[in-house]
Amino acid sequence: MCGIVGLFTKTPDVESRLGDYLSSMLIEMTDRGPDSAGVAVYRNPAPAGGIKLSLFAAREDYPWRRLAAELDRDLGDKAEIEVRASHAIVVAHRDFEAVRAWLGQHHPELRIVSAGKVIEIFKEKGLPQDVVERFDLRAMSGSHALGHTRMATESAITTEHSHPFSTGLDLCLVHNGSLSNHNRVRALLRKRGIEFQTDNDSEVAAGYLTYRLREGATIEQALEAATKDLDGFYTFAVGTKDGFAVLRDPIACKHAVLAETDDWVAMATEYRSIATLPGAERASIWEPVPGQIYSWGTA
Amino acid sequence: MDGLAVESLGMTDIDLQGVGLRALNQRLHAIDAAAHERAFRVLNPQGAHAVAVGLDAPLKVVVEGQVGFYCGGMNKDAEITVHGHAGPGVAENMMSGVVRVLGNASQSAGATGHGGLLVIEGDASARCGISMKGIDIVVGGSVGHMSAFMAQRGNLVVCGDAGEALGDSVYEARLFVRGKVASLGADCIEKEMRPEHLETLTDLLERAGLDADPRSFRRYGSARRLYNFNVDHADSY
Repeated sequence: MCGIVGLFTKTPDVESRLGDYLSSMLIEMTDRGPDSAGVAVYRNPAPAGGIKLSLFAAREDYPWRRLAAELDRDLGDKAEIEVRASHAIVVAHRDFEAVRAWLGQHHPELRIVSAGKVIEIFKEKGLPQDVVERFDLRAMSGSHALGHTRMATESAITTEHSHPFSTGLDLCLVHNGSLSNHNRVRALLRKRGIEFQTDNDSEVAAGYLTYRLREGATIEQALEAATKDLDGFYTFAVGTKDGFAVLRDPIACKHAVLAETDDWVAMATEYRSIATLPGAERASIWEPVPGQIYSWGTA
Repeated sequence: MDGLAVESLGMTDIDLQGVGLRALNQRLHAIDAAAHERAFRVLNPQGAHAVAVGLDAPLKVVVEGQVGFYCGGMNKDAEITVHGHAGPGVAENMMSGVVRVLGNASQSAGATGHGGLLVIEGDASARCGISMKGIDIVVGGSVGHMSAFMAQRGNLVVCGDAGEALGDSVYEARLFVRGKVASLGADCIEKEMRPEHLETLTDLLERAGLDADPRSFRRYGSARRLYNFNVDHADSY
């Protein structure tokens, strides 16, 4: 059992309060996922030619300033670093592959949680309330965001096993459910060059989408293919640069609710998360049809 | 105000956010047949689960807003109206009484219900009436896939369309659908609409307050090839 929430803003006012609203939605899903929580927030675009990375360090006193100095020394990059608890957002003025190669060589202890122009991912073990406070999520503004609360059923409770999972530049996945053929799919994807950090089933779904997108599929095509290749039950929410997409498994083992007003579009595993939003009582509310892809933005 | 006991129009208002779920349900359970106060309005449900479950007296409960899972579950004698949408398992295992949802209902509406009437004025999604055991369910809109799966007794009336695999492995429940049926499940077939069925259907539509011509419906039920139907026991269904 897990909880998923998503919020897409339609007005500058909601944009400025994105983190606050999403945090309330997330905390409402605590009894569906008290083990760990995470969010992907789309905000503060990196400048042209730049790349934004969310990095995770296992120790909270990680010397992030030194990392910035080394980036400057080795790559001549005046990288900006914003530290939030165990994570740091690094904006570098290089292409992603160059920064990734440098990090892999010099700082293998750091894990890249996300990369792109606008995406930032923060995830940790602990109650959603604690995760919200630790990363100061309520103060964040942005265009849209996804969140996940996890109740682990098939693999360990660690930061690495937490959602969202990055699926490519500016892309991420959150999952409620469980997959039954993930070992086989993981083995097939590894042969095709997709890397995995954990034995988690949802990471396989993320890796699967990464693979399909890399092969040139659109988000819709990748999700459509996922309904055939991934066996199990699920509600997926996929965050993209411009919005998000939602898909439930065709048998509809997992429920989900969508709601829309003039100010926002929201999705959640249960309505009570949406009820925390201003204007929810006037929203148009519906249940996504199983096996049908819903998307906002230009997903 | 602690959220309790605001009298209006003969109904007692209870603010769910003020008193909490347990206090609400305990209060509704404590009312016996002799009590004077028997009409309640539940305010600010905010999608809470298990609102007004396990009621066992002829009360009237109106819920103002959306409810989460299992609203009206195990209901006996009470009349519960939801002015909003209902989450999964509304009126599950209902024994008697009436549960009415003015909006849509999520999955497994009326699951395993033994008796009473469940009215969903909007749509119901997948597995509506799964394993129903005598409940009557009337849906103003459409139902999702696998509705009336293994339905044993009672009537399911759908004024709109039915999704895939309607009535899969159905026993002796009667299914009436006005619109299109995407597909019939295993051992479910269309059956003749006889006068006694029309009479049942007319009565159910009337009690549900839905304006639909009974003659525009088609009836579906079990082909009785999948289980050991014994005609000697037909009266017990």
